[in-house]
Amino acid sequence: MTSTQTAPGRGAARRRALGARAVFAGPGLLYLTAFMTIPLLIVLSYAFLTRGRFGGVKLELTLSNFSKALDSTYLSILGNSVLIAGITTVLALALGYPTAYAITRLPSRWRTVALVLVVLPFWSNFLIRTYAWIVLLNSEGPVNSVLVNLGIVGAPLDLLYNRGAVVVGLLYAYLPLMILPVYAAIERVDPQLQEAARNLGAGKIRAFLDVTLPLTLPGAMIGAIFVFVPSMGNFVVPELLGGGKTVMVGNLIRDQFLEARNWPFGAVLALSVMIFLVVLFAIQAAIGRRINGGARA
Amino acid sequence: MTENRPVLVSMRGLTKRFGETLAVDDVSLDIRQNEFFALLGPSGCGKTTLLRSLAGFEYPDGGTITMTGDQGDIDLLALAPERRPVNLMFQSYALFPHMSVERNIAYGLQREGLPKDEIRQRVAEVLETVGLSGKSKARPASLSGGQRQRVALARAIVKRPRLLLLDEPLSALDRKVRAEMQLELKRLQHEVGITFVVVTHDQEEAMSMADRIAVMSAGRVEQVDSPVDLYQRPATVFVADFIGSSNSFVGVRAAGGVDVPGLGLLPGHPVGETSSPQAVLVVRPEDLRLVDDASGLITGTVIETQFYGGRSTIAVEVAGHPGPLTLSCQGTADVMRGTTVHLAWAADRGVVLAPQGGR
Repeated sequence: MTSTQTAPGRGAARRRALGARAVFAGPGLLYLTAFMTIPLLIVLSYAFLTRGRFGGVKLELTLSNFSKALDSTYLSILGNSVLIAGITTVLALALGYPTAYAITRLPSRWRTVALVLVVLPFWSNFLIRTYAWIVLLNSEGPVNSVLVNLGIVGAPLDLLYNRGAVVVGLLYAYLPLMILPVYAAIERVDPQLQEAARNLGAGKIRAFLDVTLPLTLPGAMIGAIFVFVPSMGNFVVPELLGGGKTVMVGNLIRDQFLEARNWPFGAVLALSVMIFLVVLFAIQAAIGRRINGGARA
Repeated sequence: MTENRPVLVSMRGLTKRFGETLAVDDVSLDIRQNEFFALLGPSGCGKTTLLRSLAGFEYPDGGTITMTGDQGDIDLLALAPERRPVNLMFQSYALFPHMSVERNIAYGLQREGLPKDEIRQRVAEVLETVGLSGKSKARPASLSGGQRQRVALARAIVKRPRLLLLDEPLSALDRKVRAEMQLELKRLQHEVGITFVVVTHDQEEAMSMADRIAVMSAGRVEQVDSPVDLYQRPATVFVADFIGSSNSFVGVRAAGGVDVPGLGLLPGHPVGETSSPQAVLVVRPEDLRLVDDASGLITGTVIETQFYGGRSTIAVEVAGHPGPLTLSCQGTADVMRGTTVHLAWAADRGVVLAPQGGR
């Protein structure tokens, strides 16, 4: 039938397929266009405009917002954000990969239970969970009292309101976002590949390093991005656990829009973070392609 | 033909249980040096578990596996998978998707810590052997099924193992490539001089390639024999059924054959010892002949004839016998449907066996 079909018939079939595609993809695309693309364009245009006196923008084109962003004050805040988000990501990988690996080795019944436990914190409010860390880490909190009472330290430690506290809070918030994609990646690796490596003379650890690890690297990269991106943009955790001392780019952007009323500069900062993240995604995609030999995306 | 070769691997009393199921039930087998040995049976008969026990991916609950080595016997079960002189070609091939063909094949040699030059040379040689020299830089995903199978084979034989295990090696290939690879595997086995153990559920595959076949059912070995002996002298009803097709008659053991209710004494010769009075007489379709009234053992009516090119089969319905008998003959069947025919066979072509389950 396919070969005998007439040209108009084929055209109609193609139109139908297109129609079906529009029906399926339409709502999602519309939503993204309305609430993602348009705001993005607005932010982009603000970056080239002059700040209004009481917030907002004046329609005067300028590039001064960009040059301001190159000021060492702001560059150091950006650097600090990258550092904090980077440390958080590395720790999330170090903790999350073994956890995900251990979950894949559970009997299938327990795997589901473990995955539910991993996402369980998401069921409670993010602010409340972050406040809980203040209670845990303050100088009279349970962590310090245990350390003091056990005689491990003489006086309570300053666990709160520093970079370490911010990293702990971010790590706690985003660890599940590492575990889930890494779990999915490990789960997808054919267990026979590991057996094949061992059959060819590789010990357990060697087989893991040569086969499972490289094949799960793209998943780990996705997890890293899932942790790094929101860590970079987060302004609640630095504010609550960093005590205002640790300013991250998220706080800075928020302050430009809400406190300093410098929308154009806020737009520039937001764009620079986005560009940074897009580059990160591109690197991830390139590594993924290399590993899979172009066979799978 | 392989009778007087020395034993390479000796399995004794192997048993493996998965939960409630006994996957391998007290199996003892000898695999001889340089033979092509097949483990044949339906899925779930324990053949794969046996193979995985040889490779070290299953650990038997009981029994021993001993390999004859140059410096005395090796207890295989005491060795981790990576230390056994055994290589396995996986059913799914299990090629490393992130490595080129070349690196896949070199992997096992690198693990042995061989010098780079030697690795390069041996990889090139084996690629030549399997006819994939032009594909050394390709990734597995860009290869056809047959090519992937060759890479998997090359990766296993490049290690020059004492024993090569092949798990359903041809099942993923289409018919034509399969026939080609059957010949090639056989050629390769002669060429490299490695002992092959192949697991398969395909009797044709096992019959055409193997020197000896172990037919397995429900975790036990039913019979170990050459393909011809398995076919002509099946030891159990299961083997007779599983290998080729056969006509069977259930009755009571009698002198010179089996006394079948309603059909009388049918001729056959007993195989093996048995005390059971119940017996099953098995006759292969090509051993049944159409004869004249006087010398016929059984009389029936032709209900169907089928032509397969080189040969034909005739289905004959016999009163008092469940299901039609199948007769196969060369060329075309020159009988019409509905014709009354008389069937006979030589007494040495009928095999008298104990009924299934009772030995």
